[in-house]
Amino acid sequence: MIHMKKDVLIIGGGISGVQAALDLADKGYEVVLVDKNPSIGGNMVKLDKTFPTNDCSICISAPKMVEASRNENITLLTYSKVKKVLGSSGGFEVKIWKRTKYVDPDVCTGCGDCEQSCPVEVPSEFDEDISNRKAIYVEYPQAVPLTYTIDYANCVGCGACERVCDAGAINFLEISQEIPIEVGSIIVATGFEMMQPDEWREEYGYGKYDNVLTAMEYERLLSASGPTDGKVLKPSDGKPPESVAWIQCVGSRCKQKGMPYCSRVCCMYATKQASISKGERPELDTSIYYMDLRAYGKEFQQYFDKAKTKEVNYYRGRPSRIYQLHDGKLAVEYEDTEKGEVKTDIVDMAVLSSAIVPSTGNAKIAEILGIELDEYGFFESKDMLTAPLDSTREGIYLAGCAQSPKDIPDSVSQASGAAARALMPLLKRERKGRSKKKPQRDVSEEEPRIGVFVCHCGKNIANYLDIEAVKEAVKDIPEVVYVDNSLFACSEDAQVIIKKAIDEHKLNRLVVSACSPRTHAPLFQDTMEEVGLNKYLFEMANIRNQCSWVHSDDPEKATEKAKLLTRMAVAKAKRLSALTEEEIEVGGHTIVIGGGPAGMQTALTLSRTGKKVTLVEKEGKLGGKLRRLNTIFPRDIDAREFADRMTHEVADEKNIRVILSAEIESVDGYIGNYKAKINGEDIEADTIVLATGFKEIEAKGWHGYGDDSRVMTQLEFDEALANNSLDKPENVVFINCVGALEEERPWCCRVGCGNSLKNAKEVKKRYPKANVFILYKDMRVFGKKEEEYYMDVEGEDGVVFLRYSTGQEPEVVKGKKKLELKVHDNLLDEDIEIEADYIVLAMQLEGDESAGKLKKMLKISSDPAGFYMEAHAKLRPLEFPSEGVYLAGGAHYPKNISDTLAQAEGAASKALIPMMRGYTKSEGMISVVDDEKCSGCKMCISVCPYGAIDHDPEEGIAVITDVLCKGCGSCASVCPVGAISQKGFEDDTLTAMIRAALLEDEVI
Amino acid sequence: MADFEPKIIVFLCNWCSYGGGDLAGVNREQYPSNVLGIKVMCSSRVSPEHIMESFVDGADGVLVTGCHPGDCHYIDGNYKTIRKIDMFTKILEDFGIDPKRIRLEWISSAEGNKYARVMTEMTEEIRELGPLNLKDEVE
Repeated sequence: MIHMKKDVLIIGGGISGVQAALDLADKGYEVVLVDKNPSIGGNMVKLDKTFPTNDCSICISAPKMVEASRNENITLLTYSKVKKVLGSSGGFEVKIWKRTKYVDPDVCTGCGDCEQSCPVEVPSEFDEDISNRKAIYVEYPQAVPLTYTIDYANCVGCGACERVCDAGAINFLEISQEIPIEVGSIIVATGFEMMQPDEWREEYGYGKYDNVLTAMEYERLLSASGPTDGKVLKPSDGKPPESVAWIQCVGSRCKQKGMPYCSRVCCMYATKQASISKGERPELDTSIYYMDLRAYGKEFQQYFDKAKTKEVNYYRGRPSRIYQLHDGKLAVEYEDTEKGEVKTDIVDMAVLSSAIVPSTGNAKIAEILGIELDEYGFFESKDMLTAPLDSTREGIYLAGCAQSPKDIPDSVSQASGAAARALMPLLKRERKGRSKKKPQRDVSEEEPRIGVFVCHCGKNIANYLDIEAVKEAVKDIPEVVYVDNSLFACSEDAQVIIKKAIDEHKLNRLVVSACSPRTHAPLFQDTMEEVGLNKYLFEMANIRNQCSWVHSDDPEKATEKAKLLTRMAVAKAKRLSALTEEEIEVGGHTIVIGGGPAGMQTALTLSRTGKKVTLVEKEGKLGGKLRRLNTIFPRDIDAREFADRMTHEVADEKNIRVILSAEIESVDGYIGNYKAKINGEDIEADTIVLATGFKEIEAKGWHGYGDDSRVMTQLEFDEALANNSLDKPENVVFINCVGALEEERPWCCRVGCGNSLKNAKEVKKRYPKANVFILYKDMRVFGKKEEEYYMDVEGEDGVVFLRYSTGQEPEVVKGKKKLELKVHDNLLDEDIEIEADYIVLAMQLEGDESAGKLKKMLKISSDPAGFYMEAHAKLRPLEFPSEGVYLAGGAHYPKNISDTLAQAEGAASKALIPMMRGYTKSEGMISVVDDEKCSGCKMCISVCPYGAIDHDPEEGIAVITDVLCKGCGSCASVCPVGAISQKGFEDDTLTAMIRAALLEDEVI
Repeated sequence: MADFEPKIIVFLCNWCSYGGGDLAGVNREQYPSNVLGIKVMCSSRVSPEHIMESFVDGADGVLVTGCHPGDCHYIDGNYKTIRKIDMFTKILEDFGIDPKRIRLEWISSAEGNKYARVMTEMTEEIRELGPLNLKDEVE
């Protein structure tokens, strides 16, 4: 029996689990990633695109999954479940039940012959049962691992797959097994499921009417690789619909018929689905029926605004029912609350944005792990606000939707954060260092000696084209000294043959003419490294995916193309040279800029792992915005007490040096080599974390602010509450969205609604007789326990909610005694007048002013709102394009305390990757400048997205910092004098490939 | 003209369109075999001289493909590609090369069907236009 000793167990291989695994593995910890499904990827890989950038979901998640599967510190256990956990933090003994797939993953090549031969068809879970799969299957084409699984429950045992499998991977005798593993900590990332809206919310007719779908089903229809090739078609007749309705909050925000909480992502994905559908078919009529449009995140509101301009219709009202008419159309009955009319809209198709619910396995996992669930079945945090990533048991941590519904960037931030938490019990453990590579043979002086291997891929290539002809086409090229073919070039025995050929024929370049380098190049490159050949001396010709499979109707033409593709690969191989990935040392000192909760938490986490931190704060005291708040939403804990607690924790850490009233005069350099001047002192650092927070926009001019001290901003009101300096009020008015959701500043401040609610509650607590009015546009409370808090406040006597529109701003005039406020309520369609003692403005928020200066120093950018632009909105929210600088908290976008702390832990985790490794590596295929040719025109500098190129004023030439170059080659294509070339993609190399393709008689 | 088989060079970016090409294969989408792919890391690596080289060596069409705007693995490489290709297409037009012979397409790694469609369309369009014969003229 296998017995594994690892560092961390991660339960759930969705994007959160994968991110947490990568964060730990990159630091040298050994991770076991367990998923109950045959492949990893979770829910994200099912999505067509992601909001608000419309990134193709599988395109951005697949590289992460491949990275996880290839990382030597990550062991994937798919089709597996956690069965038992004993022990405690630092020493858990885990038993995993690994179900048999009846296919040997080491032998399976993923060719798919078995699938075609299997006679059994069952509904595909991945496609939400819209299409069928076979009993032997991979969940989706890009699945990781890309090996087949026999689904025992549906297999009829006919043996067809076994007979066609040329690789001999099918093994009906393989049995399920229990695997014992020792780990030090555990991360729970079990994700979510979507509520099936047939019991709750049966009035919408799901399951009864063909054309009522769930949002996930619609997502599969939109997906280009889905069951309809990305075409939205009515299930009833396979024709495109003329109109589609999205029904929001199906099963969420409803105590009686579902879950009281907000599912957090539905407003945005419905907006995404509607606008993408509309973009593809402008004649399509799209309507979204919603309660509050919660476009709360970075760029969300702008995305929603854009959807509206595409004529996606929004109706505020929760439909009461959907019924089918005799012609098959659907009638949606609802009250348009903005017009006060009860209406019935007729549509072809209805999509239900059903609630995100906890994974069904959560209860079992909670029992096995001995941790608690909340009342809904999500995992309970030790403290929802101040320790969101800790479960109720030491050594077990939470990531992603396992804890509560959240979007992708919040999930991956939290996953990185959970990784930082999970390494705390492991600090005394030895980590895996760099794996030793075999010394490489120097081939720089040798003439090219190329070996070419042409793969049959079983029948996948050999059945559709003439392998011998392909070999024949390249064997006479002078540099080609060895040509062979192989039934499966990727099999273990083929590697032995390749290694032997390299040795016997003194090969110094390898060409494999087979499938895709995207999936298989690393395997052959590993083989080369094992015999001391540099992995960059390798080239692949894709004669399967891009030839035999797509020209299978014309073997002659397929053969011709395969010959040319192989010839082109040889032409390239001839010009390849050995490349090195430069390493630079990274020490253990971080400058954290900003001493609010984000900065303090980042510093604490870094310090607790033994790294040195310089925490820089521009004010005279640590605490940031916490110092100005009274309580924290939605827990009502004392903000200043919390700030004090964190400040003390920081003071107790010997590794943290705090610089208060700091002015950053300059920052320069790159990872491992930053040089800053702070308050006149020169400080060197290896990494930098930006936690500079946000600020309220200038309030002067808004609703009488500045003319009357009784009109105050939210932060000023919080301060007044904290200092108890209010005069007993009769009426207090909160105005939300001041300066927000309008043309000049379209974004949503994300935290304003919650702040107004908690202050309204506080006013009612202190002055029970006072009336509180909350003027809002949409009530955007979306986090854990926030909707419930809102419902409590809404239920209190004397709290009145009035909804107003952009463009109909409330008017405030100074009355004789009190302030007089007039607002048009768009639900009652009435003007309301209020005599107010205090008017509190939830001001729009923007990035801190320091961003303007810092972004130039660090060569990064910020958005029009002054928030830093992260490397990728979805999957790299804590990083910048160039390594070494990281981001946390309000500097990224305003967020509540729990999201801020999770992100801060995540930023610390990111900074710890190079610092714990002690080095960072450059890419191999980077650009180089020929000093002799460079004219110093700076064209390359302007196109480099990573700020990797500088101008050397003394020499008058461009200089590339190797570690910052990511190898896109943009610079090489704009250099007017040909002074820059990208290694592996030099002009000569590309030209040679073009010539090899087109000039068949020429010597290549 | 019916016998004319165009030769088309297609530049594929490593992250998106190459993946789209792979997926077209997985889905067994059929398209003409006239296209020969050259992989680059980013579409922004492709410079006018590579397109010119292709035409001079006998290509009848050149297709540059990359990630959809906003999806670029290298942040904004594909925007640079747009500018470069647009400008170069105009220059070639002045020299009498039909702008239809150069095409820029965004294909994500999930768009196997689009990949096959674009390859088919491009081949058919070039077949209509007939051979470019720039190779002979240069010689």
